Amino acid sequence: MDAFTQHIGTAAPLRRSNVDTDQIIPAVYLKRVTRTGFEDGLFAAWRNDPAFVLNQPEYEGVSVLVAGPDFGTGSSREHAVWALMDYGFRVVVSSRFGDIFRGNSGKAGLLAALVEQDVVEKLWATIENDPGTKVTVDLEHKTLSAGDISAPFEIDDYTRYRLLNGLDDVGITLSHEADITAYEATRPAFKPATLPAKA
Amino acid sequence: MSRTLSEKVWDAHVVRHADGEPDLLYIDLHLVHEVTSPQAFDGLRLAGRKVRRPDLTIATEDHNVPTLDVDKPIADLTSRTQVETLRKNAAEFGVRIHTLGDPDQGVVHVIGPQLGLTQPGMTVVCGDSHTSTHGAFGAIAFGIGTSEVEHVLATQTLMQARPKTMAVTVDGVLPDGVSAKDLVLSLIAQVGTGGGQGYIVEYRGEAIRALSMEARMTICNMSIEWGAKAGMIAPDETTFAYLKDKPHAPQGVDWEAAVEYWKSLATDDDATFDREVVLRAEDVAPFVTWGTNPGQGVPLSANVPSPDDFDNPNDKIAAERALEYMGLTAGTPLREVKVDTVFLGSCTNGRIEDLRAAAGVLAGRKVAEGTRMLVVPGSGRVLLQAESEGLDQIFKDAGAEWRGAGCSMCLGMNPDQLAPGERSASTSNRNFEGRQGKGGRTHLVSPLVAAATAVTGTLAAPADLEPLDVVVPENV
Repeated sequence: MDAFTQHIGTAAPLRRSNVDTDQIIPAVYLKRVTRTGFEDGLFAAWRNDPAFVLNQPEYEGVSVLVAGPDFGTGSSREHAVWALMDYGFRVVVSSRFGDIFRGNSGKAGLLAALVEQDVVEKLWATIENDPGTKVTVDLEHKTLSAGDISAPFEIDDYTRYRLLNGLDDVGITLSHEADITAYEATRPAFKPATLPAKA
Repeated sequence: MSRTLSEKVWDAHVVRHADGEPDLLYIDLHLVHEVTSPQAFDGLRLAGRKVRRPDLTIATEDHNVPTLDVDKPIADLTSRTQVETLRKNAAEFGVRIHTLGDPDQGVVHVIGPQLGLTQPGMTVVCGDSHTSTHGAFGAIAFGIGTSEVEHVLATQTLMQARPKTMAVTVDGVLPDGVSAKDLVLSLIAQVGTGGGQGYIVEYRGEAIRALSMEARMTICNMSIEWGAKAGMIAPDETTFAYLKDKPHAPQGVDWEAAVEYWKSLATDDDATFDREVVLRAEDVAPFVTWGTNPGQGVPLSANVPSPDDFDNPNDKIAAERALEYMGLTAGTPLREVKVDTVFLGSCTNGRIEDLRAAAGVLAGRKVAEGTRMLVVPGSGRVLLQAESEGLDQIFKDAGAEWRGAGCSMCLGMNPDQLAPGERSASTSNRNFEGRQGKGGRTHLVSPLVAAATAVTGTLAAPADLEPLDVVVPENV
């Protein structure tokens, strides 16, 4: 994973709440066995609508998505994060995220910046007034700014640390392998095993 | 120190704790399916890693498989590739797999319990948000993304921040004709889709204790629909009776040791929760969703709400959008809403008791003209059990389609999908826009409401049906 310290880019306002992961990428787009190539599925149902925000020429090339509350609820599909990243997004801003989506974002390198709803409202107004407004997202200081808005955002410390350093989770965990082996020696005998199979 | 059920199970799985870091949690059971695993196995291959504990891992194919012609090659080539990729990965990494046609193939959350692999006091994960189902046994069970699937495959652990604790206490007795599904839909309508966020929820109280294991699974299954990290129910005699003699349940002295441990998991009397919600079972009625998230639900006896009924501006806008998408007019009695397709199945309501409940309504009755009904058992084993009880014949005689096991119409991925504008009454868990197929409109219901709706062709409960003169067979 690439390290993430600061991102500057233009933003799109997604004025909807409860954007679940089925909206971000419908199930029919989850058939690929690769980790990339999901941009065609992003918001697939809405992309057919000429009025949809991402179809507006002024929001071409955006890399920050400012969404309504409860973004990324529902299914655990990490494809939702991959689709956003494949499209070009690096940051999603919302006042509430689905837990699994937020976790997946941290693993895949998409910054899920949690802010108060009034910050979302101000960002929407600013972006809509001038779609060329650059949004600066500073992970080191946990702040975002755009026009005359400057606000802190929340992200858990450990995810922030991993993103800042571009660290691979599995690698970190395997450095504690002795702890895992020691734990395994204490597991009770009655815990089930899938192998050998019993019918 | 006194602790809650979830705290006891959590503490028993901490491999490593360091201040300022998430806990490293040991995972007792990892369930794998075709959609969220291929990239994880690729990751292992790229890094030259193995599956650390194939003996704690089990795979099946469920999301992306057809429920018709399951003995033939999968027609859709990308779907076939995805299913075959899982088979190849399972063979290469030594993971047990149950493929189409095998009695233990089926919805991943149905097969764990039916094999007795899901037990109290465990940690269970899967690349699927409805993993919360397994919490019904007093396990901590939650859905994970593909990066975490890879992490578990490689290390048998996960980095997890300790969630807060919540109790949902349901006092009293559920009225006749009111099921676990109605209870959980009613709860979500009260607390909202984000109400459980950050919490492991323990469902408790008289009404929960009275539920069968399968009904408890329905409740825990829907925990994710109100944002909870996981849902749990303390193991008791109902749990032990369900598990006894399941293929992978402990045997002999192990059984005794296990039950003794399981009994110790109950929340201590003086333990406290970070949040508590109390419901009265008597207040719950057959429930149905009208909108496009599981929190947009009302009793079946109600009318379609108006956006003006909501104070919060976001809820108002969401209601407007939902009514437009659903093609509904505020004020319409829900019982007058005509349904094209009834779907009985899924990890929420695809188990044998669900099929029995629906068959009990459909016996001697017919699916309404202009309505189709799909009955999809949760697993091959559920299918065989239903056939041995003659339930398949009841469904077929009523005019319903009897299908093979899988996720089917719960998600618009495999061939079972709604057409644009088509309306369903579905026993599944999500009524999101397009969830059951592009443009499809979903009303979430219980198996009893699903069956009654199939008969009338409009949203209905069994109590709305004309009584039958015929004798219902004893086994339903």
